[in-house]
Amino acid sequence: MSELAEQAADAVERAIAAGAGDAEAYASEAENREVRVHGGEVESLTAATQRGLGLRVWIGRRVGYGFGTDLSAGGLAGIAARAVEAARAADEDEFAAPPTAAGEPTALDGLSDPSRGEWSIDRVAELALAVERSALAADARVVAVEQAVYFDSGERTALAASAGARAEYETSSCYAYLQALAEGEDGRETGLGFGLARGPAGLDAESIGREGAERATEMIGSAKPPSRRCPVVLDPTVAASFVGLLGSAAGANAVQRGRSPLAAMLGEQVASEAFVLHDDGLDPQGFATAPVDAEGAPRRRTALIEGGSLRTFLYDSYTARRGDAASTGNAGRSGYRSPPSVSASNLIVAPGSASGAELLGEAGDGVYVSDVAGLHSGVNPVTGVFSVGASGRAIEGGELGRPLREFTIASDLVSMLRAVRSAGSQPRWVPFGGSVSTPPLLIGEMTVSGS
Amino acid sequence: MTGPEELLDPAVAERVLARALAHGGEFAEVFAERRGGLTLAIDESRIESVQSGAEEGAGVRVLSGATTYFAHVDGLDPADLERAAGEAAAALRAERAEPRPLRSEAPRPQPVERPPGDVPAARKAELLRELDQRARAAGGEIAQASASYGEARREVAVANSDGLFSGDDRTRVRIGAQAVARRDEGVETGAETLGAARGFELFDDDPAAIAETAARKALTLLDAVPAPTGTMPVVVGGGFGGVLFHEMTGHGLEADHVQKGASVYAGKLGEVVAQPLLTAYDDGRMPGEWGSDAIDDEGAPTQKTRVIEDGRLIGFLHDRRTAGREGVAQTGNGRRESFRHLPIPRMTNTYIAPGDAAPEAIIGDVAKGFYAVSFGGGQVDPATGDFVFGVNEGYLIEDGKVTRPCRGATLVGNCLQALAAIDAVGDDFWMKTGICGKGGQKVPVGTGQGHVRIAAMTVGGTEA
Repeated sequence: MSELAEQAADAVERAIAAGAGDAEAYASEAENREVRVHGGEVESLTAATQRGLGLRVWIGRRVGYGFGTDLSAGGLAGIAARAVEAARAADEDEFAAPPTAAGEPTALDGLSDPSRGEWSIDRVAELALAVERSALAADARVVAVEQAVYFDSGERTALAASAGARAEYETSSCYAYLQALAEGEDGRETGLGFGLARGPAGLDAESIGREGAERATEMIGSAKPPSRRCPVVLDPTVAASFVGLLGSAAGANAVQRGRSPLAAMLGEQVASEAFVLHDDGLDPQGFATAPVDAEGAPRRRTALIEGGSLRTFLYDSYTARRGDAASTGNAGRSGYRSPPSVSASNLIVAPGSASGAELLGEAGDGVYVSDVAGLHSGVNPVTGVFSVGASGRAIEGGELGRPLREFTIASDLVSMLRAVRSAGSQPRWVPFGGSVSTPPLLIGEMTVSGS
Repeated sequence: MTGPEELLDPAVAERVLARALAHGGEFAEVFAERRGGLTLAIDESRIESVQSGAEEGAGVRVLSGATTYFAHVDGLDPADLERAAGEAAAALRAERAEPRPLRSEAPRPQPVERPPGDVPAARKAELLRELDQRARAAGGEIAQASASYGEARREVAVANSDGLFSGDDRTRVRIGAQAVARRDEGVETGAETLGAARGFELFDDDPAAIAETAARKALTLLDAVPAPTGTMPVVVGGGFGGVLFHEMTGHGLEADHVQKGASVYAGKLGEVVAQPLLTAYDDGRMPGEWGSDAIDDEGAPTQKTRVIEDGRLIGFLHDRRTAGREGVAQTGNGRRESFRHLPIPRMTNTYIAPGDAAPEAIIGDVAKGFYAVSFGGGQVDPATGDFVFGVNEGYLIEDGKVTRPCRGATLVGNCLQALAAIDAVGDDFWMKTGICGKGGQKVPVGTGQGHVRIAAMTVGGTEA
């Protein structure tokens, strides 16, 4: 057992000693690196080590949570005391109870990429510089790169619970992105390029830079479109944001509390047959992939929307007990500072058969949305009604035309899903809105508001 | 209250700074922090999500030429700090530099009458029950209510190789209320918050009123019509309406964006950017305000900075690096979310100063327009100045009167044009709290203004 796993087990014992009936500890330690470059120079190099522990305790039907960074014997005792005190301040909840064991986790390999440890800081800095150079070389109209960033992280997680759950695993991840600036006749345009992998060896600096350059330059000369209802194609980066919202709406917590547009839709037609969605906590490429979820239940693959109908909600142990269902292994957490709660793992939209060009051809005349802004503020999470700012390109005669800016697209989640006419054949992993893999999507009709 | 010396022993700090400069660099700094907090929530009339945390750690940075070397560790033992210094210096290859001896100069923190940590958790739970009851009592159509309480204390100490040794002790408390109203198929939500850089005394004066406000917003929206679409005059409400100024102008005044040419205000210092009726400030010293601190996170005292004077752009917001690059004074805007982050120029409390127009007159002059009272948030691209805001409480203005509530409105525009189009500033004025994100770091900020009118702006609605 690693030192971290021992500390997790120790924290559980201390919680019981402090008066908890049951306890569950989640400990993590991570090493991160970040490089930011600008103008051919390294702007900052960051090296970090982090460790911390979160402790969830039950006293009867009351739950409390404590966390801290001090993992010494005294520090763990302090965290245990805080968690117990927190539980005493909570009200009783008839469904509150420690998770019970829910089957054997799947053995997973390859969640940690050795190249992360092997590449020196100088080498990853060179990668970040190459991302910037690639954007500048791609197009003469790219005048600068606001910032190019490389980040990697290696993390060990240990879980221990008085009810018996034990788990320990290592993961790694890295990403690089840049914001390219292009100079047009009427002002500046920005474009984001990014790539994700488990280690630096999996990143392609050239294509990341080129994507930023293309996204910035294609917006030169953009104007507002006229307001109308028309076919809309969502870029994978945009589709992913909406799919992320859908993942939240499918969480049993939002459903049970009547705060989800999907609340009364189980088994109902919530999408067209062209839209097929899975939650897959085991996909080898997914960044939320792990043998177990945040409270030790095995990760698994769950069909959410198939044949247009909503097949299930996503459950952790609490919502499963409350909803008289089984956990789907969807307890997630944003780190040791917060207790587990229901969240999607990797959301995967099944690719269709249409190439990018075929999708545009099918749209005929409409709008290609390459970016949306203000999604967190422009969406009503209870009803799914949204109106968000967007930019993109006109689709004219089945081909991409002039660039468009400062317009909004508006609909509600379910109406939009029902209007999905086709899914493209080329999916992409996108880190916005969680961990999502999706192709571009053609929506039959949507409100576009411009001038 | 404890002083920064208790958090960071000056003798240890001097050793750490010497170690950080062991392989060269023009400047080194150690930032030590202890943070603790408690959050509670009430949902379905039940107190839940009670969470209590305690973290400590330090960040060490070394500046050499154009490069920043940064390392951070969890823990405040001298060994932790020295390890961070060693890691920050690891990639440097120059001659040792010597830090100056430290001199202590910590200004007084924002005053706290009743430290929230001294208030029993049961009292905080009681406060949430009051909020819950007030929201539910607001009307039979209130289907759900929830509320949250948060307290945080951050003790910080900063020492640098110029000899600065300073610190701050920051306490913040905040409550929020949310309500969901339902009528037939219609479901609407409303929210309201109250927060300050103060202690539990903030809640002496009817704090549960915010729950009623949240409920009223949700109930009002039940009668909402789809928002209009098109270009029209927009009147922005006071207080949280200042988010619009924060987003569309404030970020563009942060000197890091400006120096990279990634701000629409780059090169415009001294130029007219708004009509003469507009004057604006960033003020990190407003007593008790949400964005106020005694010092910024580089140890510079916070200050009141006039950024726009009578329509003319006269100042940017600087941290140590951006000020040094331009040879101007720091403005106390070098902020960081925690010891795990590098300081960057950030707003504190940013506001449009009160004008001389009566709010009724500002609205009364509009034949057909839109009244945006509060925003769900917004986003701006600092380089292009394009922005978008979701309006979560908005109304039609017809013949000089506020008429029907609207749902689903979005304001879309460009910063330079929208700022120049402000043609009335109200004589009413108040501040609201916000959490601002930039570069992956969240910091508390205050926003404020009276009623403000933008002569023409794009409203994107759900109306086809």
